[in-house]
Amino acid sequence: MTRAQKTEEKFFKLLMIIATYFIFAVLALIIYSIFEKGIKAISWAMLTQIPQGGYYYGKEGGILNAILGSLSLAFGATVLAFVIGLPVALYLNVFLIRHKKVIDVIRFLLDLVWGIPSIVYGAFGFSLMIFFRLQTSLLAGILTVTLFILPIMIRSMDEILRTVPIGLQEAAYSLGSNKSEIAFKIFTRQSISGIITAILLSFGRAIGDAAAVLFTAGYTDHLPNGLLEPVATLPLSIFFQLSSPVPEVQNRAYASALVLTLIILIVSLFSRGIGKRYHKTKINF
Amino acid sequence: MENSTKIEIRDLNVYAGKTQILRNINIDIPRNKITVILGPSGCGKTTLLKCLNRLTDLYPELKVTGQIVIDGKNILAAREDIYKLRQQMGLLSQRPYPLPMTIYNNISYALKLRGIKNRREVHKLVMHYLQQANLWDEIRDRLREPASRLSIGQQQRLCLARGLAVNPEIILADEPTSALDPISSQVIEESFLKLKNDYSIVLVTHVLRQARRIADNVVFMYLGDVIEQGTVQEVFENPKMEKTKLYLGGTFN
Amino acid sequence: MYLLNREQRHVINYTWMIISLLLVAFLPFLLFLGLYLKSVLLLHDYSLTDLIFSKTWKPSSGQFGFYPFIVGSVWVTLVAMLITAPVCLLTAIYVTQYTKKFVLRIMHPAIDILAGIPSVVYGLWGILVIVPFISKYLGPWMGVSTMGYSILAASFVLSIMIIPFVLNILIEIFRAIPMELKEATLSLGATEWQTIKNVLLKKALPGIIAAFGFGLARAFGETMAVLMVVGNVVRLPHSVFDPGYTLPALIANNYGEMLSIPKYDSALMFAALLLLAVSLFFNLVMHFFIVRYNKY
Repeated sequence: MTRAQKTEEKFFKLLMIIATYFIFAVLALIIYSIFEKGIKAISWAMLTQIPQGGYYYGKEGGILNAILGSLSLAFGATVLAFVIGLPVALYLNVFLIRHKKVIDVIRFLLDLVWGIPSIVYGAFGFSLMIFFRLQTSLLAGILTVTLFILPIMIRSMDEILRTVPIGLQEAAYSLGSNKSEIAFKIFTRQSISGIITAILLSFGRAIGDAAAVLFTAGYTDHLPNGLLEPVATLPLSIFFQLSSPVPEVQNRAYASALVLTLIILIVSLFSRGIGKRYHKTKINF
Repeated sequence: MENSTKIEIRDLNVYAGKTQILRNINIDIPRNKITVILGPSGCGKTTLLKCLNRLTDLYPELKVTGQIVIDGKNILAAREDIYKLRQQMGLLSQRPYPLPMTIYNNISYALKLRGIKNRREVHKLVMHYLQQANLWDEIRDRLREPASRLSIGQQQRLCLARGLAVNPEIILADEPTSALDPISSQVIEESFLKLKNDYSIVLVTHVLRQARRIADNVVFMYLGDVIEQGTVQEVFENPKMEKTKLYLGGTFN
Repeated sequence: MYLLNREQRHVINYTWMIISLLLVAFLPFLLFLGLYLKSVLLLHDYSLTDLIFSKTWKPSSGQFGFYPFIVGSVWVTLVAMLITAPVCLLTAIYVTQYTKKFVLRIMHPAIDILAGIPSVVYGLWGILVIVPFISKYLGPWMGVSTMGYSILAASFVLSIMIIPFVLNILIEIFRAIPMELKEATLSLGATEWQTIKNVLLKKALPGIIAAFGFGLARAFGETMAVLMVVGNVVRLPHSVFDPGYTLPALIANNYGEMLSIPKYDSALMFAALLLLAVSLFFNLVMHFFIVRYNKY
């Protein structure tokens, strides 16, 4: 190796190390700044109360409305996306298994839809609402977010289901099962851990997104009470409180951001743990 | 006659974590002969081959002890000149891996690493090595096409030509015909028989008939141990060890 | 034990699958159609080129020029890619080619967390850290006076947001290159770096381009984080230290009053349609690029 080659290799290796550390450092910095600001501002009252009069000028209250709102919205959307998504993923992997071309087209469409920005879903949801003369509401929010997380849900489950070996299918057929029994009994059981991971991943996306609910879910200082009422969400409560000129209110935005980040970290921790836990009924090949 | 041993392997042990892949390997590989390493899959043949040109360096989990002496130098101790060392050996792997370049550049890249840049010389040598690998006549008009458009058999011969282009003294071949059709396999085998006049060839295989057809010496390995070694007549006609007899008789594979 | 017999259950399950599948398959077309029908009002009165290239944005007097927003979006996206692309490429090579496996094992959760952090939290972090850094240090040091809320701030926050996305694809691509190709090149006497530079990068090139393309499409549509730090000034930016405005930010900022001005809602839906078109276009091109390449 000549000296020039050695210097070149060393130079690029140094750049690579810097790039790698840069990513870890930025991640640490983000987590640190959210926690540092958030912990100072957070209080029990914030987690357990709804905004009182004058809350947005720095008076008493909390963000319970947004916490519960976000949870119910994300929960609703995840359930709905699961109910629509699981059959699609199963259909692809059980019924269409011999039609490679059709599967490819559907996967491609799903990838296309996955790439669409959430604000577009928000705008689409809004135009639907106007068309059907609906108000901003929990239901409208759930429907919009469902569309948004549907491709994530289906593609993650699809990636798991396509690893189910063909031999297992053949064994089930030879016992006389029909296709939908194979799909809903064999495939779901074999892939249960992956399916749960997909659900949690979608839940995390649903609770963190703001752009899709901006138009459709509205905002309210009250606790969510019914599908047809507007509902507050954590991302929006962060956004609104942050744009206030009052320092106390801004601090609450930091606390709200901490709450949201914690929820998402816990969900992603869960999905990592569950992936390892639920291997009992899985047959390893 | 000068020293007829090209490579001496002494007390070679390879560990992957706690499991031992190769145990106390001692082999002499003669100059200008074809030495076939024979054995069922998973017996450590490929690892042995990777020790010879230090590709084991790529796997941090592998620990290699012992000596491999080539022309009086222990290559396992070498620190700086691994790149020169690897150029002493041409490698042919199980499946062909052409570089993502044109057919021509697959060869010229190897020449460039050797330091040959003069265009006319490069041109001459590319042709020479493609002829040596029995490929030139088939592809003389397609030199600027991507190498990936060749058939698998042609790709493997291109890889052979590329291996020769580093001007090695040794050719290491790891089941080079296992992915090929019978005709391409035959062409590769014929090339080996021609090439052994100029090169020392180490061929790993589990195909008994192939070993019998082209080997001068045979080393039989089983689960990380060398069971028996000797000339092809000795091992095939008159095996001494029970395991060798069973393997040659087709009891296990 | 069951209300229905096996056949009946099969029929129900099957119908359920088909209905869901149809819904999903038609989703992109539905989105397009829905937004198109809403923006048709605007397209009826103005020509497409007028809308895209006119610079004046005064909804109250009926002037809808999207040019400043398009330019803002393009700037923010391109500068973000300038940061993301080299960082991701270098990191992907490092963790797949040089380090031991455990680095990759800690890289994956790090990527997951970065990908999971919500957009608003990125925006908040931008306001807390990046904006002051630009206005207090970077701006003065470069000799410009800036508010900090700028194209650069948005690009930087955005670049971090798409790192997990691009890096994930790149790591997959490098891991998919067979080890034997590396071994073959090394056995010719090439050094590690020569192997990477001359062979692995060449082999991975189509994948790398596709990864950057997907990242670009994703960055173009990002809304909240960009909205929070970009400054939201309708003006053509002259440098990265100037504030700007992006298409998604335009939609998100004005949804409240869009029903109060004639054709305003139609204009915002047109902006969403533009975003959708850009996203679909990029993803389509990259998809066919990969498919075409894989044939060889």
